[in-house]
Amino acid sequence: MTESALLSGTQKVYSYPDATGRYGRFGGKFVPETLMPALRELEEAFHAFQADAKFQERLTAYRRDYIGRPTPLFHAARFSEHLGGAKIYFKREDLAHTGAHKINNALGQTLLAKEMGKDRIIAETGAGQHGVATATAAALLGLHCEVYMGEEDMERQRLNVFRMELMGARVIPVKSGTKTLKDAINEAIRDWVTNVTTTHYVLGTVHGPHPYPLICREFQRIIGHEAREQILEKEGRLPHCLIACVGGGSNSIGLFFEFLQDEEVRMIGVEAGGHGPETGEHAARFAGGAEGTLHGAMSYVLQDPDGQILGTHSVSAGLDYPSVGPEHAHLMSSGRVEYVYANDSEALEAFQLVSRMEGIIPALESAHALAHAAKAAPAMSPEDIVIVNMSGRGDKDVQQAIRLLDPEKSGPEAG
Amino acid sequence: MNRIDARFAALRKEGQAAFIPYITAGDPTLDDTARYVLALERAGASVVELGVPFSDPLADGTVNQEAALRALKGHVSLRNILGMVKELRRDTEIPIVLFSYFNPVLAYGVEAFARDAAEAGVDGLLCVDLPLEETEAYGPILHSAGLATVFLIAPTSPDDRVKRIAEASSGFIYYVSRTGVTGAQESVETAVKGMVAAIRRHTDKPVAVGFGISTPEQAREVAAYADGVVVGSAIVRLIGELGGGAEAAEKVAAFAAELADGVRTSRRPMAT
Ligand SMILES: Cc1ncc(COP(=O)(O)O)c(C=O)c1O
Repeated sequence: MTESALLSGTQKVYSYPDATGRYGRFGGKFVPETLMPALRELEEAFHAFQADAKFQERLTAYRRDYIGRPTPLFHAARFSEHLGGAKIYFKREDLAHTGAHKINNALGQTLLAKEMGKDRIIAETGAGQHGVATATAAALLGLHCEVYMGEEDMERQRLNVFRMELMGARVIPVKSGTKTLKDAINEAIRDWVTNVTTTHYVLGTVHGPHPYPLICREFQRIIGHEAREQILEKEGRLPHCLIACVGGGSNSIGLFFEFLQDEEVRMIGVEAGGHGPETGEHAARFAGGAEGTLHGAMSYVLQDPDGQILGTHSVSAGLDYPSVGPEHAHLMSSGRVEYVYANDSEALEAFQLVSRMEGIIPALESAHALAHAAKAAPAMSPEDIVIVNMSGRGDKDVQQAIRLLDPEKSGPEAG
Repeated sequence: MNRIDARFAALRKEGQAAFIPYITAGDPTLDDTARYVLALERAGASVVELGVPFSDPLADGTVNQEAALRALKGHVSLRNILGMVKELRRDTEIPIVLFSYFNPVLAYGVEAFARDAAEAGVDGLLCVDLPLEETEAYGPILHSAGLATVFLIAPTSPDDRVKRIAEASSGFIYYVSRTGVTGAQESVETAVKGMVAAIRRHTDKPVAVGFGISTPEQAREVAAYADGVVVGSAIVRLIGELGGGAEAAEKVAAFAAELADGVRTSRRPMAT
């Protein structure tokens, strides 16, 4: 971090998580006893492979030759000009193999699983992006892969179900609870509890029990690492502001992490406002949730006064989740990162605007970050550099967008 | 002395193991739960575990998941479960352990929960997703209110963890008899007996075994070496089929009596 220290004049050490997996009062391991030894094993294996030069070499080679890293940092000139304020760059994770940042983590964890001698991996998926990324990594490395997916999500994302199956993964429909992402995670954890000795669970975001939020962050921080080098090369200075959407929080922590100690860099996480937090149909955990435990972590959770988890709504399946990574809860309470939300309609508008202005169709998740950029940029000056994380591409969302924007054209099948 | 400790001490003197049925509170209604508890006691239960329904029961199999959903449809909450226990205490002194996920307890407020639960007559708490490491902050609060903290030990727990968990557990120790979620199964894993022996090397606290025990024969087999036999899903499934009411309670009691009989007629080595 010497470069950072040089530029910002600070060198405060950010050392989360602590030895117990805590980020301040958030994080931890709130799981059944059966999994505790597996989490310990995973943590030890992860630290060993972090320190193993051969493992790192393989990871670097796959990142370069398979994922296609580094992904470009693109100056969105027309979008910037249209908004009439800040100079906006896109970090192009949409150009990564399989079309989203999810592959960074899925490939890293699958490589780890293989090194650990596990021959079976499982994953949960909502929109299907993490499922596709995991199926991809499993095909690449020759592991057996099963993906849990809510029955409702399978209906909505049939294309991704087919992609996973094409690559040899088995997609298991989840019929319990709300039949969406949170239930797919429940089911994946139940599977892991049962098959823990042979199976690695590839969790798709910076949530879950320690060490998952750490592992996922470490595999995703390459985004910010590259972006930092790229912006220094292009502009010779650090950005004014970073903006990323926050589902579980992996693409955002991936972009933010390498800048955390640069105090002059503002960071904004954008949650899914759905129909608006006041309607109860949303996934804005910081605006509408409270501290609680779900899926192994203490964090912010959308829940009723009795501690029962609430259903969520977002136009984007990848943000449609009732909790958020514990490190974000910490960064929110410490004030280092600001959290806002964008509603469905704002995201859809940004989805169209960026498609038209830049010839880039963003994922509906990323469109939430773009929607906030569109709100914030006009008040900034052209001297202000903003990096928005284009976490994924929107091909998977085109059908959903047609249905919402032009119901006439969508026909009965698209719903 | 806590009701749980007293009950296990008495059973130990008689050379008997405890039969510990588990039911989901509020399935189908809290009135039914109260009726079921009394019926189970008449059938020979020594301790009752009451499941606190949670929207995301990730350690449970389908049978208990569905029971929790049925209960939640009737808007059962931890608060009204405590109210039900308080009323039950007019009729019974059977030890009651709440089996919960942590979030409902956290949302209630751990201190308020400890106070209200003890006052209502609850004897202990088992949080399935609150392992030893996460209990440091909460254990003293529960203990000072007089509640026992029952911990799980799993087939995957290495010996050093077994030792630490055995030390921290109070009331009894709950050995999870299989690597998996709750639910009935055909046979109890054979390694269970050895694991119970391994736990006993570290403690003389009572060791109960559960997860997957569903027949009187299995109950008899496990009672030969464990201090308690927990039967959950098999009873919960029956309740799911029968619903509520006095007649259902009698049928559940009849099944529970067979299980209790299995436990009572088990051939146990001399009490230690
Ligand atoms: C393109 C894209 N962006 C963002 C997300 C949200 O996840 P996270 O907050 O972990 O980046 C997803 C999740 O599926 C996604 O597919």
